[in-house]
Amino acid sequence: MLGELPHFEDDNLLVGIETSDDAAIYKVNDQVAMIQTLDFFTPIVDDPYTFGQIAAANALSDVWAMGGEPKVALNIVGFPTCLDPKILGEILKGGADKVIEAGAVLVGGHTIQDDEPKYGLSVSGFVHPDKIFKNFGSKPGDILILTKQIGSGLVNTAIKGGIASEDAIKEATMVMSSLNKKAKEVVENYPISACTDITGFGLLGHCVEMAEASEVSFELKVEDVPYILEAPSFAKMGLVPAGTYKNREYSRAKVKALDIPEFYIDLLYDPQTSGGLLISVEEKYKEDILKAFAKKGMETKVAVIGKVVEKQEKLIILK
Amino acid sequence: MIKVNAIGDVCPTPVIKTKKAIDSLTKADVVEVLVDNETAFENVQKFGKEAGGSVSAEVLGEKEYKIVIDMKNIDHKEEKKAENNTIVVIDSDVMGTGNDELGKVLIKGFVYAVSQLENLPNKILFYNGGATLTCEGSDALEDLHFMAENGVEILTCGTCLDYYHIKDKLAVGSVTNMYTIVEAMDQADKIIKP
Repeated sequence: MLGELPHFEDDNLLVGIETSDDAAIYKVNDQVAMIQTLDFFTPIVDDPYTFGQIAAANALSDVWAMGGEPKVALNIVGFPTCLDPKILGEILKGGADKVIEAGAVLVGGHTIQDDEPKYGLSVSGFVHPDKIFKNFGSKPGDILILTKQIGSGLVNTAIKGGIASEDAIKEATMVMSSLNKKAKEVVENYPISACTDITGFGLLGHCVEMAEASEVSFELKVEDVPYILEAPSFAKMGLVPAGTYKNREYSRAKVKALDIPEFYIDLLYDPQTSGGLLISVEEKYKEDILKAFAKKGMETKVAVIGKVVEKQEKLIILK
Repeated sequence: MIKVNAIGDVCPTPVIKTKKAIDSLTKADVVEVLVDNETAFENVQKFGKEAGGSVSAEVLGEKEYKIVIDMKNIDHKEEKKAENNTIVVIDSDVMGTGNDELGKVLIKGFVYAVSQLENLPNKILFYNGGATLTCEGSDALEDLHFMAENGVEILTCGTCLDYYHIKDKLAVGSVTNMYTIVEAMDQADKIIKP
């Protein structure tokens, strides 16, 4: 659909629509480039404050995924007149608290009347033009690090079905509302080859994208991929979001998955809300980076999930 | 046969409707589910298999799919539960207070003795320090495996596994949560605790 829209060109546009990123980077001068991104969605959890936190963490994430720091944020709000305005206040408070944690400023925004609540942010951030994280550039010999456990799509479906346990809800909420700020602050000290954040395409979708653009293959050890406590049982029960099947259809020809149980496949294609960073970096930095993550006090699970090899027939090999 | 009409329903409603139908069965029966989208078609099949049914599926038309779940084993399961609803609760990796070295020997012996009961318990719940007993490196694994193979449900508290950072070391049974633990205790005829 976007293909029919006019194509914009500007020498200072360093990252535009073509890389399937949700954000753009515009070079202001040799020292400064601006990252511009926005994201918003309908509630995925019942608690309005938590929803605000998750929506904000999700919208801010792209800036860190590109190696920048968010600086200015604006609210994007849709809200029905029939609901108590206190609910809106809670959503906005959740968002504002995350913007404070991000170290950015929230300077208003715009609200429209809508049939169902929607919330998100438009965010501007800055990065040095030479220090932008690319979502390609993985090299054979790299390891792949994931900074959050996956499975939030499955848990969200179980929440809708009313059968998610309190433990699963709690873990998923923590995962979705935690900022990728700390992860970015750890990896920026190393010469990483590539970085992206895991969102709607699921872990495998984003792996395919990164491997394809880097002209390499990824070998993933499925048992090393961290997941939210009960996500595998939700996958087995068929609480699989429609997006998983779309992701799977889109990438299956590029993925080799022999003897991998089906629930793992569903988990790996599970669309994530506010997922973690996927980082490709030379293996020699592994110990140091893992130590640095441990020192940073990450709430989420950080794990080495595989390695990069020379390009093979399939872009992703699951083991 | 129980018919579930999930035409017009989107994920996860078809699965939840199917779950309710299967949960309500009191004897072996067939549950037939109609759905109108491919996601629901795949998901209901997954659910049927996970619930222990034999599943057959058919595409009836462009937006019409049928899943038939044959629940043969339902009455058998119910009978077994009714027969013996004893649960064992283990909340520490030692048995009794005093010397922990002795306590470790005792708990191993306790699990072995439970595995030798004529009527095995229905479930064994592990939480707090007990959670380490179901993980790699535990002396009790062999006996627990034996019981798991003989139909005893081995359940370990997920929050505890997380707390001790041993979730990936779980070697027998499955992960559970507080609701299931309380429900199991509530429904038990007898609770045994070392």
